[in-house]
This record gives sequence, C-alpha cells and structure tokens, in this order.
Amino acid sequence: MSSTFIAFRALVRKDIAMFLRDRRALLVNVLTPIVMAGFFGFLFAGPGSGGSPISRMKVGVADLDNSALTKAVFESLNEDASLDIQVLPEAEAQQLVRSGKLRAAIVFPAGFESAATGALVGMGKMPDVKLFYDPSQSMIRPMVAGLLSQHVMQRLSRPNFIGNSRPIPFNVDNIAVTTGPRYNSYAHSFAGMSIQFILFMGIDAGIALLLMRQDGMWRRLRAAPLSRAVLLGSRAVATTLIAMMILAVVYLVARLVFDVRIAGSVPGFAMVAGAFALLAATTGLMIAALGGSVGATRGVAMFSVLILVMLGGAWVPSFLFPEWLQHVTEFTPTRWAVDGLDGATWRGLPLQAAFLPTAILLGWSALFALIAVWRFDWEDG
Amino acid sequence: MHLIADRLQKKFGSINAVAGVSFAATPGKILGLLGPNGAGKSTTISMIAGLTTPDSGSVRIDGAALGTGAHPSKRHIGLVTQEIALVEELPARLNLEFFGGLYGLSGRSLAMRIAAVLELTSLADRAGDPPSEFSGGMRRRLNIACALLHEPKILLLDEPTVGVDPQSRNAIFETIEALAGQGRTVVYTTHYMEEVERLCDRIVIVDHGRVLADDTLSGLLASAPVANKLMLKYDLPPDAAALSEIKTLPGVSAVNLAGMELTVSATNLGAAAPRVLERLAARGFSCQELTSRRANLEDVFLALTGRTLRDT
Repeated sequence: MSSTFIAFRALVRKDIAMFLRDRRALLVNVLTPIVMAGFFGFLFAGPGSGGSPISRMKVGVADLDNSALTKAVFESLNEDASLDIQVLPEAEAQQLVRSGKLRAAIVFPAGFESAATGALVGMGKMPDVKLFYDPSQSMIRPMVAGLLSQHVMQRLSRPNFIGNSRPIPFNVDNIAVTTGPRYNSYAHSFAGMSIQFILFMGIDAGIALLLMRQDGMWRRLRAAPLSRAVLLGSRAVATTLIAMMILAVVYLVARLVFDVRIAGSVPGFAMVAGAFALLAATTGLMIAALGGSVGATRGVAMFSVLILVMLGGAWVPSFLFPEWLQHVTEFTPTRWAVDGLDGATWRGLPLQAAFLPTAILLGWSALFALIAVWRFDWEDG
Repeated sequence: MHLIADRLQKKFGSINAVAGVSFAATPGKILGLLGPNGAGKSTTISMIAGLTTPDSGSVRIDGAALGTGAHPSKRHIGLVTQEIALVEELPARLNLEFFGGLYGLSGRSLAMRIAAVLELTSLADRAGDPPSEFSGGMRRRLNIACALLHEPKILLLDEPTVGVDPQSRNAIFETIEALAGQGRTVVYTTHYMEEVERLCDRIVIVDHGRVLADDTLSGLLASAPVANKLMLKYDLPPDAAALSEIKTLPGVSAVNLAGMELTVSATNLGAAAPRVLERLAARGFSCQELTSRRANLEDVFLALTGRTLRDT
C-alpha cells in the first residue's frame, strides 16, 4: 500500500469516526429525513393507500330561500363525507371565510328553488348562488362548486324525473373573500419562510451562547457585576431586535418586489411580528440552556424547528392536514405566527384579530424563557 | 485591597477540584498560584472572581464577603481569563468600549480609560485593528487591557501567557509589575515555575486542590530539603567506588548517575564542587562538561510531591 493511500484512508477513517462518535447528531441526521418523508407521505397519501382520511372541509351555508329544495340540498351536503356544513347568516359566513375559519360559504338567494326549477326546464333566468372562498386555498373553490352542483342536481332531478344530463340551472358567483385589494400568493410564502429562517437565526443565537461558554467570553461577562437578568435579558432583547429587523427588511422587499401589502392592521402586524421575534429569541435562550455539544444541539434544534415550521403550515397550508392534525397544530407557536402574519397581510383582518396570535406567541415565549432561566447552568465547571 | 481566600472547597461530582485552599494577597504585591494542570488553580480563580460558588469556605475583600451576580464587590476585581475572551471581528477599541460598558463606563471617562490601558499595554497604534489581525502576544495584552478598564483594585490573571513568545511574555510581565507598582493586588496563576520566580512576591504551591506550600521564593527554597545541582558529563562514567566516595564528601547530599551525566546535589555548591572534581580526577575520571544551577521551585515541587511539574 502506498503511503498516500494510507494517509488518505486515515483521513477518511477520522472523518467517519468523528461523525459516528456524536450519537445525538447522528440520530438527528438519520431521523430528520425519515420524519419529513413520513410526514409528507402521510399527508399526500390517497384514501385506501394507508394514508390519512381526507379532512372534512368546513363550509358555511346561508339559506336565504328557506325552501324545500335548499333544505334538501343542505341535508344532502351535510351527509357528504368530505364536507362539514354549518348553517350561518350570510355576513357571519363571509367573515368566517375571511378569517380562515371556513374554507368556503354558499349563499342560496331568496327564490332559488323556483328560479332553479324554472331554469332546469328552460324557463326564466338562472339564479345566482354566491360562493365565498378563501383565495389562499384556490383549489377549494372548484371542489365546493362541483359538490354543490352535484347535490343540487341530485335533489332537483328526483321530483322532476329528469336525467342528470341537463345543464346546471344556476350560476355560481365566485367571490374571493379578502379585505385586501386582491389575493397575493406571495404573502403566505413570505410569512412561512420568514418564520422558518428567523427561527433558524434564533438557533444561531443560542449556539453562539454555547460557543461563548466554550471560548471563555461567557466567563468574562460573568466576571462583571451583572445580574443573570441583565446577561440573559440583553441577549433576548438583542435577538428580538435582530429578528424584527430581518422581518422588516423581508417584508419591505416583499412589498416592493412582490406587492405583498399589509391589507389589515399595521399595529396588528407589528404586534404579531414583535411577539414572534421574542419567541425566536427565547427559543435561542432555551437551546443554550438545554444544549450540550454545539454539533448535537444544532442538529436537535434544527430538527425541532423544521417540525414546528412544517406543522405551522409554512410549507404546506395546514388546511391540507388531516383534521386531527389541524387541531394539533393549534398547540404550535408557528401556526399562530403564520396565521397572525397572514391575517394582517392578505386576509386584511383588523387589530383585534392579532390579539390572540400575539397572546399565544407571548405565552410560548414566556414558557421558553422560564425553561431557559430554570435550566441554565450558571456555574463554571 | 486585601484579598483573603479562606478554606475554599469545591467538588464537581466525585472530583474534589479544590479541597481547602487558603491564602492572603496584599496590595502592591504579586501572589503566584503555582501548580500543574488540573491542580485546582482555575477553579480557585473562579471562586475568587465570584463565578463559582464554593461548597464551603469564603472569599473576603478588605474583610467583606465577595458576592456573585451583580454584587458590587465584583467591581473591585479585574479578571484576565485563561482563554482570550475578545470579540475577534471588532477593532481593539470597540472591544475595549464593550468591556468598559459592562462596568458602567461611558463617554469621556471611558475614552480616557481606553487611552490609558492602550498605552499601558503598548497597543495604542493598533487600536483600530481587530484582534484577528494581532499576534498571540498582542491578543493576550488586549485581553489584559480589557480587564483593567474599570481600574480594579484586585487583578486576577489566569495563565495569561499561554502561547506567547518570550518577547511578548516579558512585555506582559512588565505590565503586571507596573500594575502591582500602582498598589494593585495581583493574583497570578501558572504552571511555569520560571514565571512565578520572575514575578511573584509570594508563592502558593497547589496540587490536587490543596495548598502544599505558601511562602516567598527564598522562604520556599530555604524551608524545603532541596539543594543546588552540579552536572558533570564524562566520556567514561564514574564507577561505583567513585560514586560512593563522592557521596561521603562534606556538603554533598545526593549523587545520581544517568548515562554519562553525573548530578551532584550540594547545599554549598562553591565548597563542594572543587572537592568533587578533584576526587573524580584522582580516580581517573576526566570531566568533559560542567554546569551548575541553584535550587529552584521545580526542586521544591519535587521535594513536596515526588513529581516534577513537567511530569504532571
């Protein structure tokens, strides 16, 4: 064997030995792709392929006709396994679609039954059925319109002994529900990606604290007459400010280049952004408090953030998740951050709509800060 | 300010890092904490600096107990850590501004202090450069400068010359001597005996977390059963009979032959050396090379522990 080959082999062996030596980092490197692949496979698996059952779409129905036909159609829609129907006044239904709580809402106009029955046999004008839909979920609109047509035709054809080949006797008036001038698909992308990369920045801040402990800087800082509150608090504030600066620049670019507007409340946007920035900072502190080696901590933290971001709907909208998972995501701060930023931007929601996401983000931040203070090892050793 | 460490103890798990260390440091003097790596020096410094809470024992500054966290007594202390704790990307001046800010310095007073410490550490002409462009010695000096900004009365230096060339080491020594000359209390830890011999007014030898000796250099040399050394090299090593005779000579305390080199320990080297050379020459052993040295702290440490500092 040549000496070059022996040296080459020694170098390769060393790298592999080092990789295998850090068990936690190794586990994360293997686990991350498995969990991600498993999650997306589960999410997009069709029924019968062992995947998740289709999530029932929440759809509101406002019945201004109150006729036998509309009641029958309502019953029929209600029996559909893919729909979760709620009867609501028109204004409330529209508001719930705007806030993202309903996927769509159908409004049967007064006189729908007589007009539709007439139109079916070629007499009179076709009635207009309003279909409010969430423009961020554009694929929902044709699905709901299709199901509506199917159920109306089923109910209409029975008493009239008419085949299903007749044209649909009503128009669907598709109305995208948003306060903003128009839906901008970049708005959701910017919310999701901002959240993901600001959380990564929070991880870096935590790792930097671990490195400070290793290189003696932390020891030097602790030698000064400064309290724990000052030492950790200053770090949290600095990271929060950096996160807010990043958000400000990202959204400025989004506004200038991609026309992403804050169609709702600007103070509401600022509140959610500030609360999320604090969350990123306290995440970093918690990582520094719980972390061991830099390599392993970075791996575990990245894994955790990716899971949180994924569940928060930053990559794939959360309405595509199975219903049980949608409920689970309500316990993740990222879901509230994404929803809060979406609400203030393209959904155009008022200030009040930012209160709940802000409060939840602040609650998570407080929890992370408490864990950080509780678990932080202050002693040299 | 007087600094007293009184029966300090600290355990990490089952390891007894410091097991009852006591000493007193006085203003204007340099106290050396000498011991091998792992002797407990850095843990002791951590406790004196208020970074680590002792399991038992106390640290007192002019009679008052030292606190931790934001305790005002910590303001009297300047700590030079063994690691170079600098922000590598920031110029030296901004590093100094940062560390001065930690002690509440700002504005004109901070600017004056920065100028003073840059002058003291001979870094004034490099104030605009980042430490990443400095030599090892310059980085060490900046590390010291950062600890001096708030004019501490007590200066703790934890192995401040690690990785420094001899010229920079001398510059650091001169700085430390100047600081002691200004009336500061200096505690200096090292595992280099030459450094404490050169610098320290009082020397505390520690090993395995315990104080083995605490005295001046001359006191340590006088109290320990150590002797000066005469090293003789021969082409033909002296035989057993010659060695036996040398051992019996007045003033000779020990004889050791290693290969071609004979080491003779003697309390009075001036009197013993001629006799040794004469007796060996008479037996036909002609010395090729002769060196001598006085007893040093290495010998004291050897006498106290049975090991050399370099062995540990």
